[in-house]
Amino acid sequence: MTDLNTLGLAEARDALRAGETTAVELTESCLKAIDAADALNAFVHKTPEIAMERAAAADVRLRAGDAPAMCGLPIGIKDLFCTRGVPSQAGSRILQGFLPEYESTVSQNLADAGAVMLGKLNMDEFAMGSSNETSTYGNAISPWRRGNDDAALTPGGSSGGSAAAVAADLCLAATGTDTGGSIRQPAAFTGTVGIKPTYGRCSRWGIVAFASSLDQAGPMTKSVRDAAIMLEAMCGHDPKDSTSADLPVPDFEAMLSGDIKGKTIGIPREYRMDGMPGEIETLWSQGTDMLRDAGAKIVDISLPHTKYALPAYYVIAPAEASSNLARYDGVRYGHRAKLAQGDGITEMYEKTRAEGFGHEVQRRIMVGTYVLSAGFYDAYYNRARKVRTLIKRDFENVFAEGVDAILTPATPSAAFGLGEMTDADPVQMYLNDVFTVTVNLAGLPGISVPTGLDSQGLPLGLQLIGRPWEEGDLLNTAYALESAAGFVAKPGKWW
Amino acid sequence: MLDLSYTAPKVKTIAGAKHDWELVIGMEVHAQVSSNAKLFSGASTQFGAEPNSNVSFVDAAMPGMLPVINEYCVEQAVRTGLGLKAQINLVSAFDRKNYFYPDLPQGYQISQLYHPIVGEGEVLVEMGEGVARLVRIERIHMEQDAGKSIHDMDPNMSFVDLNRTGVALMEIVSRPDIRGPEEAAAYVTKLRQILRYLGTCDGNMQNGNLRADVNVSICRPGQYEKYQETQDFSHLGTRCEIKNMNSMRFIQQAIEVEAKRQIAILESGGEVMQETRLYDPDKGETRSMRSKEEAHDYRYFPDPDLLPLEIEQGWVDDIAANLPELPDEKKARFIKEFGLSDYDASVLTADLDSAAYFEAVAEGRDGKLAANWVINELFGRLKKEDHDITESPVSPAQLGGIIGLISKGDISGKIAKELFEIVYTEGGDPVEIVETRGMKQVTDTGAIETAVDEIIAANPAQVEKAKVNPKLAGWFVGQVMKATGGKANPAAVNQIVQAKLGL
Repeated sequence: MTDLNTLGLAEARDALRAGETTAVELTESCLKAIDAADALNAFVHKTPEIAMERAAAADVRLRAGDAPAMCGLPIGIKDLFCTRGVPSQAGSRILQGFLPEYESTVSQNLADAGAVMLGKLNMDEFAMGSSNETSTYGNAISPWRRGNDDAALTPGGSSGGSAAAVAADLCLAATGTDTGGSIRQPAAFTGTVGIKPTYGRCSRWGIVAFASSLDQAGPMTKSVRDAAIMLEAMCGHDPKDSTSADLPVPDFEAMLSGDIKGKTIGIPREYRMDGMPGEIETLWSQGTDMLRDAGAKIVDISLPHTKYALPAYYVIAPAEASSNLARYDGVRYGHRAKLAQGDGITEMYEKTRAEGFGHEVQRRIMVGTYVLSAGFYDAYYNRARKVRTLIKRDFENVFAEGVDAILTPATPSAAFGLGEMTDADPVQMYLNDVFTVTVNLAGLPGISVPTGLDSQGLPLGLQLIGRPWEEGDLLNTAYALESAAGFVAKPGKWW
Repeated sequence: MLDLSYTAPKVKTIAGAKHDWELVIGMEVHAQVSSNAKLFSGASTQFGAEPNSNVSFVDAAMPGMLPVINEYCVEQAVRTGLGLKAQINLVSAFDRKNYFYPDLPQGYQISQLYHPIVGEGEVLVEMGEGVARLVRIERIHMEQDAGKSIHDMDPNMSFVDLNRTGVALMEIVSRPDIRGPEEAAAYVTKLRQILRYLGTCDGNMQNGNLRADVNVSICRPGQYEKYQETQDFSHLGTRCEIKNMNSMRFIQQAIEVEAKRQIAILESGGEVMQETRLYDPDKGETRSMRSKEEAHDYRYFPDPDLLPLEIEQGWVDDIAANLPELPDEKKARFIKEFGLSDYDASVLTADLDSAAYFEAVAEGRDGKLAANWVINELFGRLKKEDHDITESPVSPAQLGGIIGLISKGDISGKIAKELFEIVYTEGGDPVEIVETRGMKQVTDTGAIETAVDEIIAANPAQVEKAKVNPKLAGWFVGQVMKATGGKANPAAVNQIVQAKLGL
């Protein structure tokens, strides 16, 4: 078999079990693709030795007929996940040289399921960004281009490296994390599938924290089926994370019947934003038609507090981040600034953090510090928490009225060019999250499914939002949408 | 419930150059929870371990690490709340208190600002027989301790020991109900006693396991009563907080010097600034640590890594049902059951070991006599050698044996003291010692009569004098005791002497 790296998880799994290929062959194929794709800057720490060792071990288990769910399937891991003995920097200079002595629960779950880690993937620094341009490793670059234009495009962010790697077939799938859209937006930008599960479905233990009440890990894959397979392997209760849900993990893949007859799909009118590009509008209505044609009942719904979601998010997330990132002080690990004679602890903090954090991270730390400070706490942080409660209630109300899933655009546009937003007001960049942050604020599962191309040939995605803990049902609806859309486009190889 | 009647102690007034002043004191006592593991990590809390050896990834705030509540610490906090007759909040929550310091790896302390686990309670602080101050407890919350920064080991560097980082503390916050330095020390003493009874804090102040922040303000007489009526703090003076006091003596000294400092400021027309101060026992002064303006903005907010802490009433009830007998109850019982004086009962219930020792001695014996022997002989002897009751070479059974011999009239008090000394230094069964060493008291009246007759016959002049002055009978008793080597029963001797002298 050639181009084994282009396979998805399900196909590769079936091929491995049928003895048509081996985990070692599959892994070698990916490692070769990775080495040839330095131009994408997707993999920032390659771990070929670990990969080959795990692949060989997987082949033993495959031959013994003792293969767990993801046995021998090569994947990439976002740099936000701490991986034992492998650099885990969260895309930041401040964690330069940091080698964790522990393995995140999610990456451990994947390893236990037999997955083969190929290396660590580029991302926005501390997952703060929507374009992968805040990374200390430099930009990850999308394999997609606009027509014949060779301008470098963003793969989205913060899981930009993961999206680029999956779209460019450097791996079969990758882990991502999503605090405000960091899985779904890059998935939409790169024609891949990304699901953010219900808050509490995946353990956050060992994942570098950005905003603890919003962060969730999830898979980024080449198909909905692959997302179902990988999510099942990633999630599950973890007593080391107090916010992890003690719920059984369903067999998500078995729930992919594609039958959504009688399901009610809500179309939220507040997501029809002023100035929304016609192509997005069209995509959305096409998606609506596809679901209707598949037998779903389409209803117009209202989520009245939607317009407050983005401001609330950009208060809550920086507030938590300002506290979560306080530990990067140069005292125990990571970067410590060189000090001048007479410098004390304050100078050590100031210089270390000034050198170690990039501008976007600094901006959010300052915003977060401000909104939590005495005199402003009620006006900002507390008000944002109240908005969050209202947004959550909006969703509860429509679900109580019988809505099974909600269809929205995943992003307000297709991928933009790297550097195009450099001089823009940061709020322009934050607007990328306008359709995705509500899901994080409400703790719901959301999935981005590629459903079309724009006029320049760039992928566009739609988002489905599901009921809490009903990822299985959500994946099935996404599967129906995916089948109807029949998205098969791949980026032309230029790297 | 207990019904100890008491009157409030007199409020101490301090004479300034111009006026009299009164003290108003509130306290925040930080008590380390007795628990083998830390509040949010499984690391050990053992004191005196090698630096940085009791540190988990969570304690060191490694990236991606998350806190998980130690249920036993919660149980201990609930137990403490119940012991202070306080309200237990079935739902409480943890907040982050943000500040930078090298011995605070997370960059925040997990505490409970908005929703503490324990609400209002009270502590009865006795200041003498029938005199006590009822100090109201405002709240108790759980929080993490910080590590230790060491600045004096190297001229250019500071060192950090994270062993204490994350250890569970209970912060016990009182209302400003304490009215003098002695009351303040007595309050901490009582709190410590209760915590030790409960087994929720070992109260070791030397190791810093119990330390107090003392809020001191002064007011003119009459102002405090206005505060009491209205609960309006504007009737009281501006307070200063003296941080981190870990000795009863220093607490008293610090309050006194701080009160004098504030009086001097106010009487010279100045204004007391709200600030945090440190007490320097060497110089006998308090020094400003940071003013209100310099105070940290801790940016408290609910810790998103932890869900609200919900406990069940049934669980609280179980803890309540298994609460040990507390000091006030034990003292009342000792008074009632053993007929002890208020003072003796206080001394014997000061700590659990003493109380248990006493009860074992007094079991089935004369309680008052037992109390006298435990307090005067045993405690006195132990103190001489700087020993603790748990180190007593005399067991309760041995001391009980001695007391039994006294009660039976087998030995006199004097012999008993000799016997005690023998048991203390050599050990052994008191009954056997008395037998083998012939220490048994002579109760045979015939033998005593013979001895009395001999003394009377030998001292006719004294006999004449005694007839005029009956008090001289004691001289005869003494002579008889001497002649019998102290073994004669003094009561019997006295009776016979009186009879023979015709008194």
